[in-house]
Amino acid sequence: MVLSCRHVWDRISGYIDNTLDPAVRADVERHLATCEICSAILDSTRNIIVLMADDRVFELPLDFSKRLHARLDEVLKHEDPEPLGIGP
Amino acid sequence: MTTRAPVDPHETASEQELIASILAGQRENFHLLIRPYEKQLYRTALALVKNEAEAEDVVQDAVLKAYRKLASFRGDAKFSTWLIAITLNEARGRLRRENRAAIDSLDEKRDDSGDFTPAALTDWREVPLAALERREIRALVQQAVAELPDAYREIITLRDVEELSVNDTASLLGISVALVKVRLHRARMMLQKKLVPQLRLAAKAGRKRLGFGRLSWF
Repeated sequence: MVLSCRHVWDRISGYIDNTLDPAVRADVERHLATCEICSAILDSTRNIIVLMADDRVFELPLDFSKRLHARLDEVLKHEDPEPLGIGP
Repeated sequence: MTTRAPVDPHETASEQELIASILAGQRENFHLLIRPYEKQLYRTALALVKNEAEAEDVVQDAVLKAYRKLASFRGDAKFSTWLIAITLNEARGRLRRENRAAIDSLDEKRDDSGDFTPAALTDWREVPLAALERREIRALVQQAVAELPDAYREIITLRDVEELSVNDTASLLGISVALVKVRLHRARMMLQKKLVPQLRLAAKAGRKRLGFGRLSWF
């Protein structure tokens, strides 16, 4: 099936995650092979996903862990976890 | 993007042992149990509430709740997914209390296809990322993510930053796999549309400043 650019745009995310039907994927690939605009959109979307994942390297605020574990300590000292069956 | 670290059976086993030991009275082991997930929880909270101090409060409250409710954790979900679910709920609760939430109703209002036109720049490959400083790029990406509607911000954070599977994301948010895919697609396309022109502009300015010639992405 010959896809229009708009059809390809609607499938870009599925294409990137490899969740398209094999037949649809083949149609998308055929379109991408000849369409400069759609392959540019695909590449830029991919790159933005890479940039998003980059956010994982960031550091926690200073002393974040210290404050968290100090607050936790206050509770751990005095309380057991609730037994099952207690409401939310 | 779709590559995920396989679950290390040793890690899972020791996590289960830790949980059992905490429930058996060695409460201080809870510190060890949550340590590997602090960053992930903070990032998730920050993506939702968009304020560092508030995100820290959210994580603290969520971790305390996780401790108190530990007995209700059943091993059928990953512990990390369970923790993230609690953190999301805390963050959403805060947004609701402050009336900042406009979650849902998004998908009913919109047609789920054909309502989006991406930034079509045939020369976008020339966006010279190398001329942009890393923190400059990060600031642009964060700003664009912060401007997404809540439901889209949640999805893209869980899928593309935390790299949770579609199924885990769906069960965590209590929505269908199909809806996860639709929202993820829209979120990515919104970011693409917003970011590509911005990166291009910023890169142009950076290139001038640094005297760079034409460079390629990455």
